[in-house]
Amino acid sequence: MNNLMHYKWRKTKNIIMASLCFISAIVAIVPLFIILFYTISQGISSINWAFFTQMPKPAGETGGGMANALAGTGILILIASCFGLPIGIFSGLYLSENEGSIYAKSIKFLVEVLNGVPSIVIGVFAYVVFVIPMKHFSAIAGGFALGILMMPLITGTTLEMISLIPHSYREAALGLGIPRWKTTLFVIFPAALKGILTGILLSIARVAGETAPLLFTALGNRFWSTQLDQPIASLTVFIYDYSKAPFDDWNRQAWAAALVLIVLIMIINIIFRFVTREKYA
Amino acid sequence: MQIINLIKRKIFKQQAGIISVEAPAASFSIKNLLGGKNVGDLVFQNVLRFFASILLLIVVLMVIQMVNQSMPSIKQFGWNFIKNNTWDPVKEEYSAWPFIFGTLYSSLLALLIALPLSLGVSIFLSEFAPRWLEKIVSLLVELLAAVPSIVYGLFGIFVLAPWLRTTIEPALGNKFGFLPLFTGPPYGLGMFAAVIILVVMILPIITSISRDVMKAIPVTQREAAYALGATKWEVVKIILGGAKSGIVGATLLGLGRAVGETMAVTMVIGNTPQISYSLFEPGHTMASVIANEFSEATSTLHVSSLIEISLLLFIITVILNAAARLIVWGVTKKYKGRK
Amino acid sequence: MHNVELLNITETADSNISNKKAENKKEKIKVDKLNAFFGNVKALNNISLSFSENTVTAIIGPSGCGKSTLLRCINRMHEEVSGTYEGIISLDDENIKDNDPVWLRRKIGMIFQKPNPFPTMSIMDNVTAGLRLNGIRNRSKLKEIAEQSLRQAFLWDEVKDILKQPGIALSGGQQQRLCIARTLAVSPEVILMDEPASALDPLSTNKIEELIFELKKSYTVIIVTHNMQQAARVSDYTAFMYLGELVEYNKTANIFTNPSNKRTEEYVTGRFG
Repeated sequence: MNNLMHYKWRKTKNIIMASLCFISAIVAIVPLFIILFYTISQGISSINWAFFTQMPKPAGETGGGMANALAGTGILILIASCFGLPIGIFSGLYLSENEGSIYAKSIKFLVEVLNGVPSIVIGVFAYVVFVIPMKHFSAIAGGFALGILMMPLITGTTLEMISLIPHSYREAALGLGIPRWKTTLFVIFPAALKGILTGILLSIARVAGETAPLLFTALGNRFWSTQLDQPIASLTVFIYDYSKAPFDDWNRQAWAAALVLIVLIMIINIIFRFVTREKYA
Repeated sequence: MQIINLIKRKIFKQQAGIISVEAPAASFSIKNLLGGKNVGDLVFQNVLRFFASILLLIVVLMVIQMVNQSMPSIKQFGWNFIKNNTWDPVKEEYSAWPFIFGTLYSSLLALLIALPLSLGVSIFLSEFAPRWLEKIVSLLVELLAAVPSIVYGLFGIFVLAPWLRTTIEPALGNKFGFLPLFTGPPYGLGMFAAVIILVVMILPIITSISRDVMKAIPVTQREAAYALGATKWEVVKIILGGAKSGIVGATLLGLGRAVGETMAVTMVIGNTPQISYSLFEPGHTMASVIANEFSEATSTLHVSSLIEISLLLFIITVILNAAARLIVWGVTKKYKGRK
Repeated sequence: MHNVELLNITETADSNISNKKAENKKEKIKVDKLNAFFGNVKALNNISLSFSENTVTAIIGPSGCGKSTLLRCINRMHEEVSGTYEGIISLDDENIKDNDPVWLRRKIGMIFQKPNPFPTMSIMDNVTAGLRLNGIRNRSKLKEIAEQSLRQAFLWDEVKDILKQPGIALSGGQQQRLCIARTLAVSPEVILMDEPASALDPLSTNKIEELIFELKKSYTVIIVTHNMQQAARVSDYTAFMYLGELVEYNKTANIFTNPSNKRTEEYVTGRFG
């Protein structure tokens, strides 16, 4: 009898715990829907052609757009890619080529740690390296900060995507008498290229959403600027400034910009999932 | 038969002869002076090493520069910088304790809530959910991690904070006002909002790593437990035992993320350097003070103090991440080795 | 008359075979006191033997006996998995360590256990990969060589109309023949095969064996196999290895009908392994 009670209790406990796990899964994904709901409902009404093509209006006037912020984010990403892509990709190749070496292992460790350094600290570093010597804020400083943020992400994906390529391809090429470096560059790298490209896209999505490292590097700019040594606007700093402003119209535009940003990022993330899943299959 | 073969062989040789007219000898690798090493390989290897070394250089430079720029503040305040409570740009007195406190308090509270929740989700994903549901929920959790922190901040200011101020905080204050956690007037913007946002932000990290660690545990262990007549939950407990150190690593990574989180926290925490245990009171964190004051800081000492705070933040997150990585690596290595 | 003479020579060579080398044919590859290691673990112990030109030599033995390691030492693929070896391996009386492994591997081609065509390349590009990556750009030349190689690998008729399709779209047996064509395209002198048919169905295996028979007329072929019937069918000489040692090396017929070592006899008759 006691045994039966115990058995029933075990069964009940199993059901309770399973339900708790299920509930936490729901609690975990509800915020995503709430945030998406608010961003869409608050932002969608302000999305129109003018919002993408016009410049910001002076404080107090309604209307205007964020053309300069879009362009600024684009320029910042370009600068970041110039810093981040070569170093990230080649470091990833280096790590995959030298898996056993202690130097490579310590670099890999460093990359993981760098990945966890808060973006604001990277921003401070970019400030020290660029803003202090130049004596003013600049696009190049912002791009540099974003570039450093990209590096560990790209190194990581490159390494991971190359490690998905079966060792037999490397052997096949080496067995044909193709030198190692050609094997890596022209056989292994192309095979991993699709994954690496989407990884790059993902890292661009990630840095496009960064605000903290831009606050005191690229600063922001209410006017059209494409000069690299001058302060430059960006989508995220635009959202930040407009959200703090005491004008309803600006707050409305902040939501709209957030909607643009979030849609971009979600699309890129879903593409990434799709491509990498295909790879595993 | 043999004769035919011999004839065939002659023809075959001729064919082979055509092929080998242009035996493309490797362009510059025949018997070179590098002891059997290919020149191209050597160049390639060094180019790669050069780029990888830039990464190392950047981190070294980062540390040197930040220490360098912190020097005025370190010389002026010494250890008092992390002990005292005053942060006054007007009187040029700077000490970081309120920010360190705010950072630790908000992050630890967030972790306290996020950890059980994440464990629940990862257990659900790795043990209970059917495959299709696991895929969907995993995707959603990953999308949650991809939401930029500025959007969380925006949501915090315009949706979460007003709701806390008008609904949640008054209710909690009425019912549980005797607890030090729920004292003071309801501001909306404050520690409570920051903690909630942080929970949402670190949950995906802890969840996805814990799930991976649990899934890495060999099926044989599960089967062994089932064969003994264990219920699903009892199997989960065994799995959790095996995944323990990986979960600790995931927790440290989550903590690292919470400690360094800037924009969302800056926008909702109220930005007041004070030490209060009440969730309703506004606070300040290390990251938020840097974000708030850096571009406006004019005096050398002010800038230097902010850089010293970021140096501290750097040290804390590096320690957390290094520890987490070492633990997680250790776990995956262990199971890889056993395969 | 001329042919009969040739025939006679071959026959005398066959009957006077010594234990460790094939007479009358040039020794293409010589292995002398080879010891191979993975880190501190010894995988091959004091192996000495030689492989003659235009013969097929099979290396047999139970798994883990080091037969693949021996093969991979010969074209220095052993080093790619951070293995090391002591002793001398020579190709045409030249120590293979004196040369760049890249150059060596163009003379000693290798076919792997699992077909491994390059996934991003078409059939055509797969065959010419070795040439293109070594700087040959002349298109008509590449095409010519590709056709020759595919013909030699008995694959031309099956793929001549689909040369632009990806190599991995072919069946397993076709993929393996594609890999063989790819190896032939760089015109090697020796071809190493590491259980080339173990992942294939019987029909494809049959094709590969026919192919090996043709290949030996212009190349030196060394094949590792765990399939004793296959060794008996395709090879002229057979080496039996056990626990990293060379137990017996002789004409295939002798190994299978009249082995001098007891272990060999037990293995080929299926009593262990």
